[in-house]
Parts: sequence; C-alpha cells; structure tokens
Amino acid sequence: MKVTIVDYKSGNISSVINSFKEVAKDKVNIEVTSDLNKIKSSDKVVLPGQGSFKSCMDALNNIEGLVDSLNEFAISSKKPLLGICVGLQMFADIGYEETETRGLGWISGKVSKIDNQNGKYKLPHIGWNEINIVKDSKIFKNIENKSHMYFVHSYEFIPSDKNVISATTDYSTNIVCSVGKENLFGTQFHPEKSDKIGLKIIDNFINL
Amino acid sequence: MLKSRIIPCLDVKSGRVVKGINFVDLKDAGDPVEQAKIYSDGGADEICFLDITASNENRDTIYNVVEKTSKKCFVPLTVGGGVRGVDDINKLLNCGADKVSINTAAVQNPEVVVDSSKKFGSQCIVVAIDAKKNKDTWEVFTHGGRNNTGIDAVEFAKKMENSGAGELLVTSMDRDGTQIGYDINLMAKISSKVNIPVIASGGVGNLDHLVDGIKLGMASAVLAASIFHYGKYSVKEAKEYLDSKGIPVRI
Repeated sequence: MKVTIVDYKSGNISSVINSFKEVAKDKVNIEVTSDLNKIKSSDKVVLPGQGSFKSCMDALNNIEGLVDSLNEFAISSKKPLLGICVGLQMFADIGYEETETRGLGWISGKVSKIDNQNGKYKLPHIGWNEINIVKDSKIFKNIENKSHMYFVHSYEFIPSDKNVISATTDYSTNIVCSVGKENLFGTQFHPEKSDKIGLKIIDNFINL
Repeated sequence: MLKSRIIPCLDVKSGRVVKGINFVDLKDAGDPVEQAKIYSDGGADEICFLDITASNENRDTIYNVVEKTSKKCFVPLTVGGGVRGVDDINKLLNCGADKVSINTAAVQNPEVVVDSSKKFGSQCIVVAIDAKKNKDTWEVFTHGGRNNTGIDAVEFAKKMENSGAGELLVTSMDRDGTQIGYDINLMAKISSKVNIPVIASGGVGNLDHLVDGIKLGMASAVLAASIFHYGKYSVKEAKEYLDSKGIPVRI
C-alpha cells in the first residue's frame, strides 16, 4: 500500500511526515510529493495545511494540474483522503480568511472566523480540547468519546449538511472538528501532534 | 472545554541539556531527546527547547536535536534561542519544530514577526518577551536579559499581536530562577491587553505557582523548568494538582 502526503510547498509538514512514518513503520510506504502521477496512483492521500485558507489554496493552484489530480483521486476514483487543519477546511466551497477564496468544493460549506464572543475568548484556539464524537467514523475506531486532541486555528469549517459532521469541540461556540463523507475524512485538530491517541487516528486511516 | 497547558522547558547548550532531570535510570542525562521523551510520555502538553548555545560554531547542534526529538515526541515542540530571522525559522520548522519562539530579533526588527507569520502562519510564531519591572511598568529586555530596551512590555505585547504572533511567552526577569512564583501582575496585565494566548514563565518553585499563573495571571499555559528538571515534581503530579484546584487539564 502507498500513502501519499501532498507536499504543495506551503507550511510546515514535517510533523505530519514524522507521525505517518512512525505509524507506518516498514509496513506501508509513505510518499511525500506533489508529483501528479504518484498522487493518482496512491491508495490513500493526506492533505495537510498550515497558514491561511488563501495561502494554502494559492499554493495548491500554483502547481499545475494538482487540483485536477486531487479531484480525480477524491471525487472520481473515490479513494480515501484525509484533510488535516486547513487541509480539511479546503474541502469547503469558500473561505473567508484574508479575502474570499474558492475552496475545492468537495463538501458544501464555508470557512469563517470563529465567533470569539467579542473578545471573550482568545484566538487562535490553541491547545488540547475534548472532541464530542457525534457520528461513527472509521478514523475514530477505538477512540473514546471526549478524547483530547491538539488544536491550533482561528477559522472553522461550517458544512451546509450537518450530517457530514463526525465530531465537534466546545470552545466559544460548538465547533465542527471532524467531518466524514464517503471516502473523505477531515480533522480540524492535529492528529500528528495529539500524542498516542492522535497516532491511533492516523493508524485507523492507514488501515482503512 | 479548552485545557490549560503545562509546558516543561529544557535548556539546551551545544546539543546537551544543561539542567537535566535527575533520574537514576537515565542512560544519558544530557540527552535532550531522551528527556523530551520522558516529558511527553509523562503527559506534557508541549515541549519547549531553549537553545542557550553561546558560541557560533555549535549553533547547528540544535537542528540535529530538534530533528531527532520530532521523530519521537508527538506533542507540539517549540524551539527558541538565537532565532534571528526567517531563514532560521524555516530551518527549525523543516527539522520538525512546530513553533519557533523569537525574542531579540522581534524587538530589533518587528518585521521578522510580520514576515514569518505571513510565510508560515501565526500558529507557529511565538514571541518571547523578557520583561523587568521598573516602578509601575515593565520594560523589555533582549539578549538573554542583558540589554534593557526601555520599551514598555505591555505595549510591545500588543504590537506583537498586531504583527502576527500566535502566542506570547512572557518571562519575568525579576522572578526567573528565584522559585518564588510568576510575576502575576505582569501576566494578568498582558493577558488582559491581548487577545492571543499568553504562556507564563519565570519563577515557578511549587505547584501553587502554576495554579496562580493560570487563575490570577490569566495565562493559557504555564512554562516551568527547574521544578521538573530536578525531579521535585513530575508533570503528572502537576496536572493532578491543577485538577484538584478546579483547573481543567488534559489527564
């Protein structure tokens, strides 16, 4: 099996690479690339994302054919894809960070700034928070409800169809922190930085 | 509910831990990788390395340390000390650091904070403010606390937030190394002025100090070095104590 972490030259993905390699050991081949053919021939794809929605979308669009290849992988071939943080946010139709930016449009919805209740809550939402698992998801196999995950974000994904939500977390409001739709999986939190429990989620994805 | 974080900090000099944990079963007490692993296995919410290497020829040792640690510890890793600009930040992030803390460079050239937060995202840019009390205000010090800039620490904190810092690591120079507790007034003042998380640092001698830093200092996270280094308390004990005082922590 081959799992590809998409390296689209935006943000720091070394922690994602380290965690997947730790979980995969020698059993699974972890490839880090933006090579279109390698992505298309993968069994699974991981789409990380750090920085702003706009900077990540710009970086994806800057690599010719990358968005098309990802569409082919995730939408036409329906192969498993995991989006992490902004990687998840880009599933949306549109994002409002910096300026209005079109997303990949895989799961209908928008990405808006977290309502911090007029400054009552600090942003970014940084640190460990509990997740409320609201729907069965294969990536949450053997993950207990109320497990702690590590978050760093100021924007949140608001899907139009609430049925795609697999977990939420409570901060200034109830924030969507994981979605699942057929072959698409996404976490707003960082499984790669969420200790052993986070590595378990990565293991679940690899073993889908 | 978001939990308050406990962050043990390791001082690293030429690739070796300076003040280490006194555990008898440690294979190599000076190995930062092994010590970081003990902390993360013990429930540390994040790990912080402060590189205090003075000589230039040993500067690169920190990259090796970060690279090895990030392959073994799967909680956030912050690295600071001697970070001069975007290139240093880029190198540390590529080695596996999750956040980089900037101190002197942020004072000398605030554009470093603007540029790096744009390039890498605010989430990985921590501005470390070393502050010392002067009558009713606090002044920012640089170069490991040697130079007084005369800049007002609270105003500087606000400026760094506006420049794109994701968090502030606030150290009281008056309290650092004293073990008499954080400068609660300084922490509370800065925390109430900015809308980004504040990490309190400098002066922890017992577990009540951690409680005070969060409850009175309004810090989102508490950083400590010596109470953990010398085995006075484990991270687990610290968390259980905070929990007993009604502070939400990850246990």
